[in-house]
Formats: sequence, structure tokens, C-alpha cells
Amino acid sequence: MKRVLFALLVLVIASAFGVQQQKPQPGNLKAAMTRGKTVYEATCLACHQPDGLGVQNMNPPLVKTKWVLGDKKALIKIVLKGLQGGEIEIDGDKFHNPMPPQESTLSDQEIADVLTYIRNSFGNKASLVSMGEVKAVRAKLK
Amino acid sequence: MKKVLILACSVVFAAAAFGSDTTRVKSSSTGIVKKDEAPITLPQGFKSVVIATDLGRARHLTVAANGDVFVKLEKLKEGKGILRLHDKNGDGKADEITGWGNYIGTGIAIKNGYLYASSDENVYRYKIDEKTGKVDTASVEKIVTGLVSQNQHSSKSIALDNSGNIYVNIGAPSNCCQVQDRVKGSPGQDPCPILEKAGGIWQFKADKANQSYAEGVRYATGLRNVVGLDWNTEVNELYCMQHGRDMLFQFFPELFNQKEGAENPAEEMFRLTKGADCGWPYCYYDNDKQQKLMTPEYGGDRKKADRCADKTKSVAQFPGHLAPNGLLFYTGSQFPAKYKNGAFIAFHGSWNRSPEPQAGFFVVFMPFKNGMPNGKWEVFADGFSQIPKGATEGRAKYRPCGLAQGPDGSLYVSDDTNGTIWKVNYSK
Ligand code: HEC
Repeated sequence: MKRVLFALLVLVIASAFGVQQQKPQPGNLKAAMTRGKTVYEATCLACHQPDGLGVQNMNPPLVKTKWVLGDKKALIKIVLKGLQGGEIEIDGDKFHNPMPPQESTLSDQEIADVLTYIRNSFGNKASLVSMGEVKAVRAKLK
Repeated sequence: MKKVLILACSVVFAAAAFGSDTTRVKSSSTGIVKKDEAPITLPQGFKSVVIATDLGRARHLTVAANGDVFVKLEKLKEGKGILRLHDKNGDGKADEITGWGNYIGTGIAIKNGYLYASSDENVYRYKIDEKTGKVDTASVEKIVTGLVSQNQHSSKSIALDNSGNIYVNIGAPSNCCQVQDRVKGSPGQDPCPILEKAGGIWQFKADKANQSYAEGVRYATGLRNVVGLDWNTEVNELYCMQHGRDMLFQFFPELFNQKEGAENPAEEMFRLTKGADCGWPYCYYDNDKQQKLMTPEYGGDRKKADRCADKTKSVAQFPGHLAPNGLLFYTGSQFPAKYKNGAFIAFHGSWNRSPEPQAGFFVVFMPFKNGMPNGKWEVFADGFSQIPKGATEGRAKYRPCGLAQGPDGSLYVSDDTNGTIWKVNYSK
């Protein structure tokens, strides 16, 4: 019985996860992409460049990296808290610039939008990031 | 499930990284120069030869009296951080490439029978026989140690004078000494604590082991980051090229429009005497106002000069963000007379001009007289980036970084994207 219950629990969690990931929201995506592009251009483009390919040894690319496409909580944390420089390694290359923390300059909505934007630009394809997800990570990091 | 995914991802990642490593070892062990020579454009009468390719992150370089070229790498190549390029069969290209030194870095120079090379924290030297190009790698001495190195602006360029001193730049690990580096709205720290151990040029003895801050002299301060550094033997003074701060448009759109943000601040050339203060982070050179002004993070409004009025003035200014990485005063006799004692400057090329088109990626010549610029600078070597003019996206194929002069007066240029080395000659 316990086993069945456990299995059921797993199923429920899994499906919840699935629903959250696959919820088709074409309208939302389009609006989020438009808003996210504006945030990207004002805040990220200088370093990560118009094509998302970054700058050799200075700023990493955002194209199909494990951070951009991977765990959303970790991704949100990178944007909120930033990185020191030298923390990310791609093909043996490190990057000299720091990634500036955005917790004091961008709202939950703006961070959600810009992450949705980078996860669906430059050849990337991944689920949306919601304002709630950003809010939850921000609260946990406080 | 997530865990499994992450695990799978990192395995694939590791495999990919490993894969590219092995190919690199295979392809490079012979060091044979490829046929597809990289074309660069030069003034009439000048010709270039590619003497080596695929060296990787080739930063600065120096040439021994016998013509052997020594290159400092910013990424180890088969475990080596310094390469010796030797032309065995006399065809003008390197056909024997050997290396040593398991540390990455930028600076390299030969003086009085020693080859000096820097990591991002230390400066080492080795005995060299310039007649044969042979280096006694076992003779290694650590001359300078424990310098500030925190990712940003960590490379250490070196230059030697004729009185037994070595000069080392220590770049500031910061854009503009804000409380929070590169965060919009964060104010500048005043005084800037970084200047105690970085953001300047330090002078050490060229022959004394294990010197650090206590033994060195802060020769010049207020320099955000310097990569191009050279001793001018005509007037016996130190010159450097400063990389100006980034993000004026992004942080202060009310003061700098997109174009002004791309053009400002100037990349500046300084002639340094002991005690010089070039103004960073409090001051920047405004290319539109042609004046040293207060930095906006310190209350600047593109009008106020205030405490910047008595800072050391630069002797030349260049457009913003071009990243001058190599500086060489030409003392040879091979090139026409106007080049004698003038300055060659290798510009690595910009990134913080975006979304405006990037610029730089060329070698500039600036005529000099009595140690001062004498006329306008001109582009000497171009065509490195292969980015179409005006394009706002795209990767530079080659990026000029280091400059050196050969014993016959030819000019060497390194590229740190592919590790290409050009030798430039002149003949009527
Ligand atoms: C000042 C330059 C700069 C700005 C502005 C900047 N970044 Fe970064 N970013 C970096 C650097 C440098 C790193 C790597 C830092 C390290 O390795 O420690 C990085 C890392 C990242 C990473 C993880 C690594 C990767 O390539 O996948 C992501 C994702 C990212 N940045 C997204 C953003 C987003 C979104 C913005 C705008 C909100 C932004 N960055 C703004 C410089 C910048």
C-alpha cells in the first residue's frame, strides 16, 4: 500500500511538473518574448552581444549552454546574484568579466521575461520562465 | 529524473570537452604551417608572411638576435605556456616549434641574456643564448610574485628599461571601482581601495628574486588596465596604452547616446614618469569634449573637470573600446624613415561598442618626434577580423594582440584567436 501511495505521489508530482512545462501559451510566449527582448537589449546585450555569442574570454555565449537550457532555479539565481568571473567554463575557456547581479535593478517580471527570451532565442528552445518562479527563488535567496 | 538529466548532460559535456582536447593534441604536434595564409592589408611596399598558425591564444611575443620567436600563451598548448618558433630550413617560416613553462600569461621580453615571461600573478626569467635561441629552462627564477589577479584585467604585461628595472602593469579587477562592479546605479568608491595594489604600473628590479609589493615601487597609478606597454629607448621613458572603462551608454543613457557610448571614453596613450596619476576611476577622457572629465559614477556630468584638471594628460587618444593590446616603438632601419622611433599599436578590437558596429582589429602607426606624437595616426595593418564593414554581428577571425621587432627590423604581429604570427617586411 505504502508503495502504491508513493508511486501515486511520484505520478502526481511528475504530471504537475509536466503540465507546468508543457502548458502551451503561444500568446504568453509572444508577449514575454517582446518584453524580454527589451530587457535583453538594455541589460544583457552589451556583454552577451546581439547574437548571444558573447565575447572570447570575456563574456560567455548564451547559445545552448547547460545554464541557459538547464535548471531554471540555477539560471534565475545567476541573474539575481551574478557571478564573480572565472566561474563558468565552456570547452576549457573561462571568462574574465563578472556577471553583474541584477537583483536590485530588474523586477521579477523583467527577469522572467528576459530568461524566457534567451531560452527561446539564438537557436535555443526551452520552456518559459514565470514571474512566480523568479519570485520564489528571490525569496529563498533572501 | 532531473538529477539523471543533469548527470547525463555533464557526462556529454565532459566527453565533448575531452574530445576537443584530444584532437587539439593530434593536429598541432607537428607545428607545420598550413597553406591557407591569412591575408592582411598593408601600405605599399610592405609584405607579410605567416610564419606560424594554430598556436592558440598567442599573446605577446619577442624575437631573439638569431631570429627565433618566443610567444606567450594565455591557454596552455600541450601543457606548454611559452613557445619557441625556430626556422630550421631557412624558408622564413617556423618549422620547429617547442615549448616549456606550464603557466598561462601575456608578457614576454628579452633583455641582457634573459628571457622574461609573466603569468597572471608572477614574473619569471630564464637564461637565453640569443645567438642560438637556446633557453636554459632549468635556470628559471621567480622575479616578481603575488600580484593581484582576479579574473578581470588580470594579464601582466612587462617592459624593461636600460637601468636594470622591469615594469609590470597590474590591471584593476573592476570596470570603474563601483561598490558593485558593473551594476547600473552603483556609486564609485571614494577613495578607490583597488589603487593600493592594482590599477597602475609597478617597478621592480630585473635581477632580484621573489619581489612583491613591499619591494616594488608604484611607478604610475590611475590606470584601469594596460596591456600595451613599452620602454622608449629614444627618450628613455615608459609608455602605455590604457583600456578605458565600459558601459557609459548602458549606465548613463541620459549623458551618452548609443553612438557616444561607443566612441567614449578614449583609449589613451600615456608617457609615464614616476608618480604619474592618470585619473582612473575618477576621471575619463571624453572624445567629444576632448577633455579629461569627472566619471559619472563620481558625480561627473560631461562638463565638470574638477579634480581631473591636474591628472597626467595622455599624449594621444583613440576611439572608445578598441582595446590596445600591443605597443612597440620601432627602432629598426628596414622600414622607411618616417617609421623610425614611431609607435605601432595593435588594437585587439571592441565588444562594448555594441549595438553599434564593432571596431579596431587593426595595427596602427603613429609618427613620433622627440618622444611625442607628430601627426595623425594611420591604420598600418588591417583585414584581421574579416567582419564586413558596418556589420553589427559576427566573430573576428583574427585579433591582433602582440607586437615585436626582429633583429633585421621586420615587424611581428600575433593573433590570439587562432594563434597566427605574421612577419611584416619592407622592400622598395
Ligand atoms: C558585464 C557583462 C555582463 C552583463 C551585462 C550580463 N552578463 Fe551574463 N555573464 C557575464 C559573464 C562574464 C558570465 C560568466 C561569469 C563567470 O564565469 O564567472 C556570465 C554568465 C551568464 C550566464 C551563465 C553562463 C552561460 O553562458 O550560459 C547566463 C545564463 C547569463 N550570463 C545571462 C545573462 C543575462 C540574462 C543578462 C541580462 C539580464 C546578463 N547575463 C548580463 C557577463 C555579463
